[in-house]
Amino acid sequence: MALPPPDPLFVLRGTSAAVHTLHFSCGGPEPDIPLLFSGSENGLIHVWNLKTHRVDTALDGHGRKSVYCVETMGGKDRLLSQGRDQRICLWDLAEGRTSVTDSVFTEHVGFCRCSLLKVAQGRWLMAMAARSLEEVQILELPSKTSVCTLKPEVGAKLGMPMCLKLWQLSCGSQPVLLAGYEDGSVVLWNVSTGKALSRLVCHQEPVMSLDFDSEKAKGISGSSEKVLSIWSLNEQQNLQVYKTHQLVNAGISDITIRPDKKILATAGWDHRIRIFGWKKLKPLAVLDYHTATVHCVSFSDHSSPRDRLLAAGSKDQRISVWSIYAQT
Amino acid sequence: VYFIPGGLDCSISFVSHVLGKVCVHGWQKEILGVLVPRLTELTKSDCIWQRICWQLVECVPDRWMEAVVLGFVQRAPGADVLSRLLGNLVVKNKKAQFVVAQKMLLLQYGHTTAVLQNLLGYLSLDSVRRTLLLRVLQELLETWSSSSAVKHSPAEQQLYISKAILICLSHLKESEIASCRQELLTSMMEGVKCHLESSLPQLRRLGMVVAESISLTINTEGPVLKFEYEEDDETRELKSLLVQTPSFYVVPSLPDDDRSEKAGAALPLVPESNEKSYTAAPLMPDEESDAELDSDDDLIPYDMSEDKELKIKAPMYIRDCIEVLTGSRSEDVDKWEATVKALESLVRRNPAATREVSVELAKILLHLEEKTCIEGFVELRQRAQVAVLTTDPIPVAKYLTSQFYSLNYSLRQRMDILDVLVLAAQELSCPKFHGKTKHSGVQKPCIQLLPGSDSSKGWRRIVDERIKSKTRRFDTGQSHVELASRPNEFNSVAGYFFFPLIQHFDRPLTTFDLLGEDHLVLGRLVHTLAVLMYLAVNTVAVTAMGKALLEFVWALRFHTDSYVRQGLLSCISSLLLSVPAERILVDMTEELLETQSWLGDVMEKDPDGDCRRLALQNLLLMENLKKKLEAVPS
Repeated sequence: MALPPPDPLFVLRGTSAAVHTLHFSCGGPEPDIPLLFSGSENGLIHVWNLKTHRVDTALDGHGRKSVYCVETMGGKDRLLSQGRDQRICLWDLAEGRTSVTDSVFTEHVGFCRCSLLKVAQGRWLMAMAARSLEEVQILELPSKTSVCTLKPEVGAKLGMPMCLKLWQLSCGSQPVLLAGYEDGSVVLWNVSTGKALSRLVCHQEPVMSLDFDSEKAKGISGSSEKVLSIWSLNEQQNLQVYKTHQLVNAGISDITIRPDKKILATAGWDHRIRIFGWKKLKPLAVLDYHTATVHCVSFSDHSSPRDRLLAAGSKDQRISVWSIYAQT
Repeated sequence: VYFIPGGLDCSISFVSHVLGKVCVHGWQKEILGVLVPRLTELTKSDCIWQRICWQLVECVPDRWMEAVVLGFVQRAPGADVLSRLLGNLVVKNKKAQFVVAQKMLLLQYGHTTAVLQNLLGYLSLDSVRRTLLLRVLQELLETWSSSSAVKHSPAEQQLYISKAILICLSHLKESEIASCRQELLTSMMEGVKCHLESSLPQLRRLGMVVAESISLTINTEGPVLKFEYEEDDETRELKSLLVQTPSFYVVPSLPDDDRSEKAGAALPLVPESNEKSYTAAPLMPDEESDAELDSDDDLIPYDMSEDKELKIKAPMYIRDCIEVLTGSRSEDVDKWEATVKALESLVRRNPAATREVSVELAKILLHLEEKTCIEGFVELRQRAQVAVLTTDPIPVAKYLTSQFYSLNYSLRQRMDILDVLVLAAQELSCPKFHGKTKHSGVQKPCIQLLPGSDSSKGWRRIVDERIKSKTRRFDTGQSHVELASRPNEFNSVAGYFFFPLIQHFDRPLTTFDLLGEDHLVLGRLVHTLAVLMYLAVNTVAVTAMGKALLEFVWALRFHTDSYVRQGLLSCISSLLLSVPAERILVDMTEELLETQSWLGDVMEKDPDGDCRRLALQNLLLMENLKKKLEAVPS
């Protein structure tokens, strides 16, 4: 007899706008407070204190335009946020400051979230969609120098890049980029040479979100249709479809794999969060709390497995935080 | 006729005379059937034979020149063969030039595409003749772009001219295109305008295809003109004419050996751009080598039985629907969609509730715009409108017909009104359609540019098939046996559908002038009236409707638009079929006689083939009517 799905551990209210992005920062040692950063449609980034369940600070740096991506850069003192004002802002939050130290003008008018990868101490690579319709630009931060621009070949008709993920197999190896495009294909790019290594058409509709497990060389992508597509990367750096999974309702806004690579969570347009086992994509739970489409899901980076959390932000202006499968 | 080659100067003029005389007397096929292949053989490589052949045709007297040239052009297996046989005849001989450049292209239109290819290819093969080619193209374009030609010449001729234009374009060289680019552009703009104004979809398509091709030729880089239309065999054939390579031509029948292989290959069509397909075959998950099955089994799934498809509930009451549809809240788009989809069935299930708000609902539906992208929105709206109209016919019909002639409606909305009236009338008059509206008449929403006289074809088909089954009908009574007979609901309302539409057609409004520019809507109106007339059979009002319709047709009978004329002739057919024969003869004798003479006129002189056919059918119907009345013992 299966148990009914759990209720959220707690719910964060107070953003007064739809929540588009979430990012945990709980890895610090005690007495650091575990934090959750959320970006909303009203342009504010809220820093939630997960002990008191209240907002500690609200950051306003995008001119009231929706914030659709937040990431921390090595700790909770440095934050990167991307907004619909075509800017990526770098924040310095140490010691209670709330200032924007730097910003990058992307000229990108879409919704493609940027992707960060730490390549060395104090150096990051950032992939972002650029001004030109089909291109992805790789910048080095904090120097903001352009590493390369990834242009699809003429006639490829990929459309806009919809989601990006930078990764490298191990520290020091070549960074590669996985990009999901408007035409439903996922392309693997070699960042150093700027060439596309492989392209796989996995969806009929635009790829809304993707995530990748570099250990198993397997990735998953979701789109606006009813199919989740799992693909793998073989030794020749070619993408192949591994399997597909049919969903009950169409539309996925976000997918994320837990850092221990055991489960993954999808944020659906049908207001539900679905949990699957990563190994065989076994459906594990359907979390039905929100009353509007769920825009983002994020797993926490707690060092102790028991404390691990899952957060989901939705258009109904609430952030639900769950503790699920935390024992394994 | 064999001559000894070898520098002897022979005169072969008497051979030319013989040839000419034979051709003119009608034995073209026989003599050229023998002569042309033989000459083709001989002139293949032998220059002397070529010169002999040229002399042969040049010496044909002018009065027989046309028959000979025509014969050669028709029989030659290819443009290069024609070039070898005729040489520069068209340049040297005025009569030949007239035949080739004017008569065959502009005055006649019965030749096949292969003949056109031969002719124009022949003109393009020699630099001396190319000037003629350019002149021909100019004249063809002038005809193509003249609005009177588009309005009054038969469709077949327009197709022929379009084909000729496309073939000419395919032969033009870069330098020539550059020199006449401006004229091409001007003619294209004028021509496209005239063609798009036409009411016949075939002509509009022709115009679009030719304009696209011209645009493609003059702008090889940069944006080209692109229209949206349904591809069919005709458009594909036309487009294929544009891209053939100069040396290969369609060969009607060629006994030649080595060229037959090349000629046997079809016209090189536009090569499909090879899209490298990146979709790889899905890898089957390797079950056996997956040794670590354990860690997933640790994770026990929760109960997921509640996970069902998300359904937005549509409102259950008509008044709620009205609220949703008129509400301005943009968040409730899901609800709006669900309402639009559910509206028709709600209306049909709650006739009493609908009758209370019928006119309001009709008003909302008439003005309903597509808020989100629903599949089949136009059809859903139309079905809902028909449902409302059939539930409460009189007030809604009054409303719709009054709106038809009101200010500030788009042509699209006016034609929607007509469609809805027809569909509802059909449903009311025929118990078979109760509950399910027939969709054969509904046009597809994706064709924006073609308001679709396709729906009118549906009605014409019905009328035609009625005409065919007509005799059976008169003899055995109702041929459609209704299993459950219901009173004819259309009986009480036919007048409300019909008369308001006919009333104001000659009163122009500022934005809507039926007798002026909006002849497309007039055409649709006329076809609608024909159908309403037809469906009014066995109603009480049918005679009055018939008289009014006859007057209406009489007033418009000389309209210049062939679509309108086709509609008027369908009206006559419906009239003859629906109004009881006795009433026709008693009440409308004089008008009927006048109509008969008009029909005779149309049958002989109307440029449009469909009009002539319809006129003929009407005359036959009248004949049958007379015979039938004579047969009944009075």
